Amino acid sequence: MTPLQPGSQPDIVEIIRKEGSSVDYEVGLESLNQWQLAWRRFRKHRLALVGLGILGFLIAVAIVGPIFMPFEFDVIPKPDQIVYQGRPPSLAHPFGETGGLQRDVLLLVVNGARTSLFIGFSSMSVGVLIGTIVGSVAGYFGGWVDNILMRIVDVMLSLPLLFVILVASRFFGNGNVILIIIIFGVFSWMTISRLTRSLFLSIRELEFVQAARAVGLSDRRIIFRHILPNAMSPIIVSASLLIAANIIAEAFVSFLGFGVNPIYPTWGNILSNALTFIPLGNWWWPAFPGLAIIFTVLAVNFIGDGLRDALDPRSKE
Amino acid sequence: MSLSMAAPDPAADRPANDILLDVRDLRTYFHVMDGTVRAVDGVSFSIRRGQTLGMVGESGCGKSVTALSIMRLLDIPPAEIASGEIIFEGRDLLKLSEDEMREVRGNDIAMIFQEPMTSLNPVFTIGDQIAEAVMLHQGLSRKEAWDKAIESLRAVGINNPERRVKQYPHEMSGGMRQRVMIAMALSCDPKLLIADEPTTALDVTIQAQILELIKEVQDRTGTALLLITHDLGVVAETVHDIAVMYAGRIVERGTVEEVLLSPKHPYTEGLIRSIPSRGMRGQRLNVIKGTVPNPFNMPEGCNFAPRCPYAFEPCWTLDPRIEEADPPDVACWLYTPAPGFPAPKRGAGRVAGELSTGVRS
Repeated sequence: MTPLQPGSQPDIVEIIRKEGSSVDYEVGLESLNQWQLAWRRFRKHRLALVGLGILGFLIAVAIVGPIFMPFEFDVIPKPDQIVYQGRPPSLAHPFGETGGLQRDVLLLVVNGARTSLFIGFSSMSVGVLIGTIVGSVAGYFGGWVDNILMRIVDVMLSLPLLFVILVASRFFGNGNVILIIIIFGVFSWMTISRLTRSLFLSIRELEFVQAARAVGLSDRRIIFRHILPNAMSPIIVSASLLIAANIIAEAFVSFLGFGVNPIYPTWGNILSNALTFIPLGNWWWPAFPGLAIIFTVLAVNFIGDGLRDALDPRSKE
Repeated sequence: MSLSMAAPDPAADRPANDILLDVRDLRTYFHVMDGTVRAVDGVSFSIRRGQTLGMVGESGCGKSVTALSIMRLLDIPPAEIASGEIIFEGRDLLKLSEDEMREVRGNDIAMIFQEPMTSLNPVFTIGDQIAEAVMLHQGLSRKEAWDKAIESLRAVGINNPERRVKQYPHEMSGGMRQRVMIAMALSCDPKLLIADEPTTALDVTIQAQILELIKEVQDRTGTALLLITHDLGVVAETVHDIAVMYAGRIVERGTVEEVLLSPKHPYTEGLIRSIPSRGMRGQRLNVIKGTVPNPFNMPEGCNFAPRCPYAFEPCWTLDPRIEEADPPDVACWLYTPAPGFPAPKRGAGRVAGELSTGVRS
């Protein structure tokens, strides 16, 4: 190698002369953890951002809306005020008014959002909680534990779940929101547990798990501190889709009258009550809660897609 | 948990009988669908405080299984520790409960693994991972453990440890991660460090640095070391004593000088011969003919007989055991007179002088 001619690379030579060769040539400026990196990728997914906007708006409405538009189920108009026709959308009532009790559809949809979204998110949480615990234990310990837990999953999945949920809601739900949430959660954890188990089966073979055991950590700590965070991405994606499924299921069950007590508005209940008025041409009554369901489910699915791309970049074709 | 820390005395000052780890007739079997694999089949060795033992042998000879058996990290089943004792500081590790064993792991015996790229959890900073072990075993607060993590990173020669502790494993090179693994292993001042092929996944210049580092921290802390490798160059540079494993057994043991410069067992000889040396340009590389015996169908007699250029009558019927060897430390009928057979044509000492090893002493 020929020595550098003086002056041929003045900048570099100058720098090295000044700084010495012990300069720390490290490039990374800040350490990003996996969530920060995921958010960077998520931001590039336009539909997911739209979905996040819609869902954020709906959640804000569900939280704040009922404060401004309280639903008073015991305010019942006097019989002589009751008209059976609803009123179409107007300036005072942009979503129209229902027939019968003359409720403002906007007010119903806003109050329904609170219950429907609450049920969607909470029952997802219950399902994910059960599913990850069952899947973690089955995948980590393997053997007969795994065998028993997965056979329970097989049995649960072979049930016609929609009817089981209907029956369970009818006999145990009593229209109580908390009980409905638990019923939905208890019947929706199976796919999450299978997913978690399969993730655990592969992650537990990685060397850092053995390294964690070699350090003397307990099984519980290894499961929840070391393996689960590495399995979170696919679980989060499928949890987001579970929200959509649970919102639809709630609408379905309430529509059939087995869900939340029909005197409280949920999107399913509003649709159910609107049923007899559809032949009268009161399209606004079912249309707005229906649209709310469609928008929510679409938004959640878009977010799920975005999360999938953001959290597991390799899955993208 | 009130065990005192190993004092940083050099190994030479210690009495010769100060045995830290004594493995006696360890047998670890794997019960799989096709039968039973005797991965470790009667291994005995001991390590004194501060001493280094190198364990060499080719892939699948049971080196790693021996290490994992000591740590009790094997999944049982399919693994089974069929017999043996692992006496560590007077306690048989095989008789401890799982909770007691967890106290030993990481605290008294630490382990470094082969793959630095996957041995660290990708979702935590390295500081979290070191501090976790320290908090667990030494009962330090989070802050103290964090300081200890910084200190142990500095001790393994990582620049700017205050910044490195906050980084994630993916931000580091393989050599850097192996340093982190060593820092983690040493953070609780273990009395024994098991290094399972610590340099195999690293490139040559980094290998030398890591070996240098292991040797240096060992001198400084007085930790005993069990170094597992298939690379004779690595043991030649690092260890005092060496045990050569073949098919689940130790076939030869001794000091590095004895074993590498005048190997007795034909397998050791073959291993050393198969190291390419600079003077061999243009020649074919030496190999040990044949393959490791099928674990489901071990040969009768000596396990190495089918591949051994010196095999004679007793080798096909009698199984040489290093425990019964006379002279000791080599399990081979070329040295120990086989009962009921005539003495071998080529006697002890045949190899010395005949062999140019190319291994630095």
